[in-house]
Amino acid sequence: MLRILWLVPALPLLGVIINGILALFFERPLLLRKYYEDLEKGVHEEDSHGHGAEDHPLFHHWYRQLVSITGPSVVGAAFFVALVCVLILVKRPPHERVFQLDLFTWIQSGEFRTAFSLYLDPLSSVMILVVTGVGFLIHVYSVGYMAHEKGYARYFVYLNLFTFAMLVLVLASNYLLLFVGWEAVGLCSYLLIGYWYEKKSASDAGKKAFIVNRVGDFGFALGMFLLFWTVGSLNFSEVFPKALEMWEAGTLTPAVATAITLLLFVGATGKSAQIPLYVWLPDAMEGPTPVSALIHAATMVTAGVYMVARSNVLYLMSPTTLTVVAVIGGATALFAATIGVAQNDMKRVLAYSTVSQLGYMFLACGVGAFTAGIFHLMTHAFFKALLFLGSGSVMHALAGELDIRKMGGLKKYMPVTFWTFFLATLAISGIPGFSGFFSKDEILWRAFSSPFGGKVFWLLGTVAAFVTAFYMFRMVFLAFFGETRLSPELKEHVHESPKVMTVPLMILAVLSVVGGFVGIPPILGGSNRFEHFLEPVFEKGAELVPAAPHHFSHSLELGLMVLAVLVAAAGIYLAYHFYMKKPELPGKVAEKYPVLYDVVANKYYVDEIYHAIVVYPVYRFSVFLWEVFDVLVVDGIVNGVGRVLLGTGQAVRRLQTGVVHTYAVSLLIGAVILVGYLIFG
Amino acid sequence: MQEYLPVLLLLAFAVVAATGFMVLSGLTGPKRFERGKEDPFECGMPLFSDARRRVTVKFYLVAILFLLFDLETAFLYPWAVLFRKLGLFGFIEMMVFILILVVGLVYAWKSGALEWQ
Amino acid sequence: MDLQSILLSLKAIVPEMILTATGCLVLLYDLLIPEENRGVHAGISAVGVITALFSVLWFGSERIEAFSGMLAQDTFGSFFTVVVLVSLLLTLMLSRSYNDWEGIQKGEFYALLLFSSVGMLVMAKATDMMTIFLGLELLSIPIYVLVGFDRKRLSSVEGALKYFLLGAFATGFLLYGMALLYAATGATSLSGIAAFAGKENVFGNTLFLAGTALLFVGFGFKVSLVPFHMWTPDAYQGAPTPVTAFMSAGPKAAAFAAVIRVLVVAFPESHPFLLKGLWVVAALTMTVGNVSALVQDDVKRMLAYSSIAHAGYVLVGLVSGDRLGGQAAMYYLFVYSLMNIGAFAIVMLLSEGEERGYAIENFRGVGFRYPVLGALMTVFLVSLGGIPPTAGFVGKFYLFSAAVKKGLILLTVIGVLNSAASVYYYLRVVVYMYMLPERAEEVRPRPVGVGVALALFIATVGVIALGIFPKGLLSFAESSILSIFLS
Repeated sequence: MLRILWLVPALPLLGVIINGILALFFERPLLLRKYYEDLEKGVHEEDSHGHGAEDHPLFHHWYRQLVSITGPSVVGAAFFVALVCVLILVKRPPHERVFQLDLFTWIQSGEFRTAFSLYLDPLSSVMILVVTGVGFLIHVYSVGYMAHEKGYARYFVYLNLFTFAMLVLVLASNYLLLFVGWEAVGLCSYLLIGYWYEKKSASDAGKKAFIVNRVGDFGFALGMFLLFWTVGSLNFSEVFPKALEMWEAGTLTPAVATAITLLLFVGATGKSAQIPLYVWLPDAMEGPTPVSALIHAATMVTAGVYMVARSNVLYLMSPTTLTVVAVIGGATALFAATIGVAQNDMKRVLAYSTVSQLGYMFLACGVGAFTAGIFHLMTHAFFKALLFLGSGSVMHALAGELDIRKMGGLKKYMPVTFWTFFLATLAISGIPGFSGFFSKDEILWRAFSSPFGGKVFWLLGTVAAFVTAFYMFRMVFLAFFGETRLSPELKEHVHESPKVMTVPLMILAVLSVVGGFVGIPPILGGSNRFEHFLEPVFEKGAELVPAAPHHFSHSLELGLMVLAVLVAAAGIYLAYHFYMKKPELPGKVAEKYPVLYDVVANKYYVDEIYHAIVVYPVYRFSVFLWEVFDVLVVDGIVNGVGRVLLGTGQAVRRLQTGVVHTYAVSLLIGAVILVGYLIFG
Repeated sequence: MQEYLPVLLLLAFAVVAATGFMVLSGLTGPKRFERGKEDPFECGMPLFSDARRRVTVKFYLVAILFLLFDLETAFLYPWAVLFRKLGLFGFIEMMVFILILVVGLVYAWKSGALEWQ
Repeated sequence: MDLQSILLSLKAIVPEMILTATGCLVLLYDLLIPEENRGVHAGISAVGVITALFSVLWFGSERIEAFSGMLAQDTFGSFFTVVVLVSLLLTLMLSRSYNDWEGIQKGEFYALLLFSSVGMLVMAKATDMMTIFLGLELLSIPIYVLVGFDRKRLSSVEGALKYFLLGAFATGFLLYGMALLYAATGATSLSGIAAFAGKENVFGNTLFLAGTALLFVGFGFKVSLVPFHMWTPDAYQGAPTPVTAFMSAGPKAAAFAAVIRVLVVAFPESHPFLLKGLWVVAALTMTVGNVSALVQDDVKRMLAYSSIAHAGYVLVGLVSGDRLGGQAAMYYLFVYSLMNIGAFAIVMLLSEGEERGYAIENFRGVGFRYPVLGALMTVFLVSLGGIPPTAGFVGKFYLFSAAVKKGLILLTVIGVLNSAASVYYYLRVVVYMYMLPERAEEVRPRPVGVGVALALFIATVGVIALGIFPKGLLSFAESSILSIFLS
């Protein structure tokens, strides 16, 4: 019965084919040009917000309706099949929960064999459910969100293709096939970032994402080669037992393990936007918002975490790599969160927040708590997808406006969007009872207590949690509460989004709330079923973990948990204080500081001093980080490498004079060197 | 390197002989410098243009065609000598060879390579 | 040689004979028909090529030592015969339309292509330095002419002249190398050289070493390895585009076939020390090719430089020096032929004539205006860049994993780095196609005829299918390489 697993990736592929054919036939640019010319006329005649499109005959063309059905339904069907497969898998006893479906041999030579085969175990079960489940909701949402786009079928082709590629990635039974999915999701991501290719920033962002990811892929490919060279296989079912055997025999040295895992981790930093390769992700928000939700928040960017968790056996062999992973994860978590404070573009805040949350997941992996990382990956997929879709809904209502300083008071105009968004914000801030709380707390506790962890990591995570709560609530308060700052014509236009968009929001909101209940820790009376479910995957690696140096008491765990909640609450309170109670404060400080005279005369003396000493420097620092570090240093390095290469190219081009004599001389010199080498070398 | 000694001797002899004769004639020969002596050909005919000028490409064409059929003859001689020994197969083989050349000739002829307008 | 063995020998060169006969037929038929009907030659030639392909399938697997050991038909030779014939077939399909557009529709074009291919086949099967040289010359001379075939266009003539001059120069090196080897070993056959190398200490034999070096200079020129590559960009850019496509596939494959055979058969013992030199050449070739391609704004020239880089990748397989490396190189050569000819075909379709050039600007917005062309170009470029799931990826994976297996870690790192850099310029074209607005003036692709469509179809299906199901071709390559390793 589990053989139907092949349908999971095959169904989205079917969608690609159907929608691709429709796109080919109905979205030929010549046809579209006429459509758009007509449409623009219609828009000007009726109203200025693009609703004229709905009256256009092409808009109701059967092909669009067909795409609206096929696009989401194939993913929905894939979700259903995935669910059936996972349920069958769960019925088996825990140690038999592995299923490999060989489709056909891909590459074979001698003893090396790599097959196109799918690998279902608890880890990939979680991943396929998240990918198809969240993916399905985002597909449905897209039907409403993208309704006015000219490249409607094209969009769904890309989105289906992405889903297919992501499923290949997570279901792959070997590193090579995983790499295939890895590259393919990257390709889809660039295509979708550059979806509005007419915008220069969009195509630039696509390029940036591409180049940065190449750096990562380079590391990944090298890591894969090194692994193959050392262990002699790339199949998951062989690599890990073999590596363990070699580890015990001493043929796999810690140095090699470190090299392999570090190289693989370079790949993960590229795909999952960690320091220093995170720069592409905020720019990637140039793509359509549902894409940001699906690819750049919920699924693709978590591929790095998945890969590290999948390779847990290898990672646990190298404490050095683990420390690197944890440091980079923790640093990214805090660093990206502080940048988030200074952003005013809703999607940019969310983008930095994604980078920060991915940092949490790597922090978890780095301290050896892979389960916690995957748990956070899942809950994050729920609430971050929701946040992005919510921001999309706001954008939809405000004709593309994303600046939170120009919003305010949206609560009463768009209640569904507000409530769902609010719930997701509570989840990400780690308010008890919401999904984010359980996963984040699990990570923080592990960071504190794991043999690979330490108080520093816990501190990094906790401070990041504080900042996260602050900037998330800052955004909520600025956008949804208070007096509206909308321009009059926008105010008239603002409306709640259609059902097709709000229903996915509501479902995701439910998931954001209850999603964490599968992993309630024992200390809160739960049994952490999530952890038990994933246990078989990490069991092998667990043998490598040294015994905990000392046992921590329950009261300590509970105490830290309470502390984390208090910290989050403090963040929220701070945001409330500055952006609700005294909303004029931040603006005033930003403008008038450092005119001391004003400050002294001001009755919010304490607040403002506090603001000046704490918030303002943080704010400035955050802006500084963003401007200097992000824009100058990291971009500079990325561009610099390119420039050096291009410069070399120019120099080489100069050698290519076009004069035959030069060519002949080059040939002669080459011959002399070669002869000389062979005779004297 | 013993076996190369005769070659070396021959080489030395050639160099010595050639330079020797040039030096000898230079030393012993009478020298009268006149304008006519500078001409490439001392035959009394005045020069009408520089010898280094472009030659029409048709000469090359003829030369190449000549070369081809000249080589064909070079192949035909040994073949003719051994004709009886080679038998029918040798005959067929040579006919194929000639046929290919004939194709080339027909092609050259029809495409006007033999004409000299 | 008795009749029996001669007849058997003839069996080894059936494809060559078919191609020669077709070439002659085309030449003669050309004289009989009016100018406007000359496209028919492409069809006649294609029939000849397909017949030759079938003949390979028929007796290609049989091992025949032909003409007293001058030539051998074995699976190895058949593999390259297939590579050359497939490239030739695709080129013929492209040429028919192209020659009409450029006004160079002549029978000689096709005849020269066929004759040149005969040279390639001879080279692939040659087991003696004499036949290698014969094949090389037979291959080169028609190509010199073909590069300059569009003789009204200056760049074409320029490219041809440069190629010819340097080619003659390089041939001199090759021949000199062969002469020295003969002087050192007293044999021209590869097995004879191997026998000598097995007996004597060749490391101290200056003649032998110099001969080997010069031999590889000559080969290096043909497959455009750095620093013998300088002719490549000019000749590739000047040549009519189908000829460029063919040059990057057929002759390169044939020359590599000769190199592999020489390495495996003639120098099995002196390998490691020769390979060290090739190691450096491979690293240089990949790097120079890629770095130069980075700055090109002309897509045709960019592909010319990239073809240099690809020769470097193939050389990595040879440097590995074992069965796996050879197999990977062979697989890659086949796949490379398909994807490169495909890419050149699209470039050809999108240009507005050779005179106007192939500026990357022409590709602006093409992806949406002409979705099929754009998608196909993307497939070819992605494959050239070595991104899965295309055949280019599988090929590179094989090459590099062969190198890794041999412990050539540094060379692999250089290769993978290069491969990563190459994606930049390949994808730059994709960026132009999909992410930049169209130009004000419209680019009209030339009408896609049946031939071009078929060629594109074959190339695309090949690139994707061989990426997903590489097994068949790989085992073909494996049995081919085994056929010379064991003999």
